[in-house]
Amino acid sequence: MAFLNAMPGAVAEGLIWGLMAIGVYISYKILDIADLTVDGSICTGACVCAVLLSKGTSVWLSVIVAFGAGALTGILTGLFHTKLGIPSILAGILTQLILYSVNLSILGGKSLIAVDPRANKLLLHMSNNQGAVVTAGLIIVAVIICLWLFFYTEVGLTLKSTGDNPDMSRAQGVNVNLNKVIGLAIANGIVALSGALLAQYKGSANINDGRGAIVIGLAAIFIGLSVSMKIKPNFVVSLIGVIGGGIVYYIIYNFVVLLGLKTDYLKMLSAIIVLLFLAIPYLKNEHFSTKKMLQVQTISEAKKDAGGEKNA
Amino acid sequence: MLKITNLQKTFNPGTVNEKTALSGLNLTLENGDFVTVIGGNGAGKSTLLNAIAGVWKPDFGTIEIDGVDVSNMPEYKRAKFLGRVFQDPMKGTSPDMEIAENLSIAARRGTKRKLVWGIRKPEREHYKELLATLELGLESRLSTKVGLLSGGQRQAVTLLMATLRHPQLLLLDEHTAALDPKTAAKVLEITNKLVTENNLTTLMITHNMHDAIVYGNRLIMMHEGRIVVDVSGEEKKQLTINQLLGLFEKASGSELTDDKVILSQ
Repeated sequence: MAFLNAMPGAVAEGLIWGLMAIGVYISYKILDIADLTVDGSICTGACVCAVLLSKGTSVWLSVIVAFGAGALTGILTGLFHTKLGIPSILAGILTQLILYSVNLSILGGKSLIAVDPRANKLLLHMSNNQGAVVTAGLIIVAVIICLWLFFYTEVGLTLKSTGDNPDMSRAQGVNVNLNKVIGLAIANGIVALSGALLAQYKGSANINDGRGAIVIGLAAIFIGLSVSMKIKPNFVVSLIGVIGGGIVYYIIYNFVVLLGLKTDYLKMLSAIIVLLFLAIPYLKNEHFSTKKMLQVQTISEAKKDAGGEKNA
Repeated sequence: MLKITNLQKTFNPGTVNEKTALSGLNLTLENGDFVTVIGGNGAGKSTLLNAIAGVWKPDFGTIEIDGVDVSNMPEYKRAKFLGRVFQDPMKGTSPDMEIAENLSIAARRGTKRKLVWGIRKPEREHYKELLATLELGLESRLSTKVGLLSGGQRQAVTLLMATLRHPQLLLLDEHTAALDPKTAAKVLEITNKLVTENNLTTLMITHNMHDAIVYGNRLIMMHEGRIVVDVSGEEKKQLTINQLLGLFEKASGSELTDDKVILSQ
């Protein structure tokens, strides 16, 4: 019963984190970059939104500015990577560290800023989980439609090819570096947008919000894609799968908490989920490809023999 | 049309791995030239093509395409002039994207890409017709992900992509070397058709001396980063493999004791 009571909250929070996972999907799956900026940019989104709300800014404007701030963090990582030649993973770590200081200064040196649902008109809050589910759902639908349209434009298609095959992209006149910056900006903008929603939902922005966010995002992606790839491996279905993955993740999370797992272990739980989803296909492949390799070897040797006779 | 002057490139200078790949190479191509390039391992064939494509900057020398000095132009900007097919069939296409999507990206090579629909309806019809000319049955598989195609099919699609927007210069870097003999012959046949029908200026590296003689109107042979043999027209048509080996020995000053150096990679 307690589990069922926790469901609407789990779904609402799952939707918000699912939105963040869509941002991670763009960097990790489409651009093929493990972008660790995310841990910082989700917090930036939360901080910017909370501070603006506390200053009396309208909620929509706060959310839009949060999105913009997130996009800037992505641009920063992108420039570190493409202009200064820093490996993408390290570029993300550096931005993440920079953002810790930036976020602290946004919060005015405090580690937490409260968002009062009575003083501000919020888009969603945990006091009304059904409402939160509807609002978060609508925002996600809007984001998915925008992304769907974008990734089928001339620019969007080259963004996909940039991650999929940079050699081919350059040969076809695609500015791969610019595309990486654009992609990281969109990805982190979406991540910050989910941070802004999270701050409203929880009623606060905390400097430690978002620690380990990348891992939750990856967990949502792996859970989601394991199902959606079996249904139809196209873009929109994948995105819906990722959202579903976020929800499933939070249901598991709530379930485990109710089973009595100490909350101290929850981050480890996220890591284990990601670990399993990455390791299982690898181990399966490893086992499979040693067998296959032997076959290929014998075939290619046979071919070589045949070719040698021809040449002689 | 293509004018290369005193091109030099040394990899890993000042280290034990120092390797002079191009040592003052000069080459001029006329419009419509179909040039085959042969030479042993490390002769600088691929280095030459990569230099033209702008994969890295040369140490010295200039490259002009249609009178434009492209020596300092980044790779993606030079792509405006060039169609390229790589040795590795995986390199020329985007595996996770549909055949039509790959072609549509190639159809916009050298143009400013905008926030408008990436593939238009009439385009699909056009792609269908083009794919039909390959005679590989790909015309009915526009929405298939390229990653599901065989190496030969991918190489044929890459050829279409390279020639879709009539390139000033087509660069083929041993594009049949990774294919089985039957598929290689098919891809070479498609290549010849596309090049002659569209009158494309072409540089084609091959490891097969027979192909080098049969195809194209001019043949160059490279050795130690330089062009040592350059034959064209009637002289090339009459050429035999033995004569070619003789020419090489005379020009390079080194005896080619093992012809497999050239015959195979």
